[in-house]
Amino acid sequence: MIDWLLEPLNHPFNQRAILAALIIGCTNGYASAFVVLRKSALKVGSLSHALLPGIAVAILVAGLNDWSAFLGALFAALLIGLGSLAVSRGSRLDQDSALAILYTAAFSGGIILLRRIGVTQEMEEWLFGNIMGLRDGDLWMNFWISCGALGLLTALHRPLLMTLFDAEVAATLGVPVRALNYLLMAVLIVVLISSLQAVGCMLAVGLLVAPAATIYLLTDSTNALFWGGALLGGLAASFAVLAGWWLNIEQGPAIVLVLGAIFGISFLFSPKYGLLGRAR
Amino acid sequence: MNPAHESCAHCGHHHELQVEGLAVRYRELDALRDVSFSTSCGACVALIGPNGAGKSTLLKAIAGLLPVAAGRILWRGTRVARWSREIAYLPQRENVDWHFPITVRGVVRMGRYPQAGWWRPFSKTDEAAICRAIDMMGLKDLENRQISQLSGGQQQRVFLARALAQEAHVLLLDEPFTGLDRPSKTALAETLRHLTEEGRLVIASHHDMDTVRGIYDEVLLLRRHAVAFGPVEEVFTEAKLDETFGTDGKEVA
Repeated sequence: MIDWLLEPLNHPFNQRAILAALIIGCTNGYASAFVVLRKSALKVGSLSHALLPGIAVAILVAGLNDWSAFLGALFAALLIGLGSLAVSRGSRLDQDSALAILYTAAFSGGIILLRRIGVTQEMEEWLFGNIMGLRDGDLWMNFWISCGALGLLTALHRPLLMTLFDAEVAATLGVPVRALNYLLMAVLIVVLISSLQAVGCMLAVGLLVAPAATIYLLTDSTNALFWGGALLGGLAASFAVLAGWWLNIEQGPAIVLVLGAIFGISFLFSPKYGLLGRAR
Repeated sequence: MNPAHESCAHCGHHHELQVEGLAVRYRELDALRDVSFSTSCGACVALIGPNGAGKSTLLKAIAGLLPVAAGRILWRGTRVARWSREIAYLPQRENVDWHFPITVRGVVRMGRYPQAGWWRPFSKTDEAAICRAIDMMGLKDLENRQISQLSGGQQQRVFLARALAQEAHVLLLDEPFTGLDRPSKTALAETLRHLTEEGRLVIASHHDMDTVRGIYDEVLLLRRHAVAFGPVEEVFTEAKLDETFGTDGKEVA
């Protein structure tokens, strides 16, 4: 039994996948607190879909390497995000509607393009992730993205929280609210992209919402929300990689499924805010 | 003139807030036009007018939250910038996310942001100001409480404590009495009187006509433009209120 449980750790690609899951899970878990407090899960989900065409175009233009997919995805997210802002400012349409149109159109274009450029077998990886296929280079890139994102978000914790709590009051206290909102969205997009190889662009938003959403039902402490989210994200993701190996299921969906299950438990049984915990 | 106007006990000087020919536009809508009035430290000013008269807009404009289309706002003789530590803005309670995971003390600490900046730890002076503000608003027992667990009156006091920690001279309050029970209203009125007597300038939008005389020194009647401004006894009259609200009491179109 013990041998069977530890067996996956003998393979280098498993070790790498578990490490990657830990890094990506922690970063996404920490960042998920901002998504939950900002109530922008829908927006993040839309933007994650918009990454696909960027990757497709980047592969078409520069071939597939570590950075082309990353930069392509980043560019697409910025284009769609700022595009939706421009449409909502320039017309009577609200930003969510504009975003919905732009990202579905871009996503469709991405699917058509990816099928045509002969990487059909990889399409599923972009959609649902392939954490076992990570190379050392990918791992390093994830590591540096995580360091940058966590560093920036912790350094700006105070003004960011004030902005999220009440943007107007924050502005009257001298917080550069608009700049911070853009910066936060940019960091969230970069974190989103870093999780693509693990969970793909269809599932990425799950990893970037579920950890803090779960903790949100358990505690009122802001610090617990952030660091608890990071801990939960990292542990759940690396556990899911192992579970995926034991049960022979795909790791990407396994990660999001494990997080979903834990969320379900806290939704039902949280002593303070759970459906059943509250009833007692 | 009210003797309290002579000098600001809070800081030892006499400070004036002057609004001259102020206009604010939302896209094509004239939210405010040609609003002028002048008041100073030690006054408690009521903003009164029908819904849509521009009360919130005026408060936000003074707080520096809205671009001014015409005219100017002077505090202590200089134009109000995008923000000022000396001017505190207290939003309507219903516009605040009370489920946000933060404690009473956490909210009050925000008032020290102008001094502490983006990441510097709070200094002894900051902590002292935070404690003093919490004490003054009688929140000592509640300071570690989640804001979601507070009553309406307590929520309002948390905001006031934040403004006190900020060491603001001007307090701009949007509908502070709305939704409070009677004892909380009485307590808040006393608090506002006290803050005014200490030399602060309090400006609040107000709905309840029966309590105006007991709380405020001056009244600004607003209907997109300033209908009248002055001491309560002179301005808060039947005729002027009719002019502000229209005899049919209709909202501003």
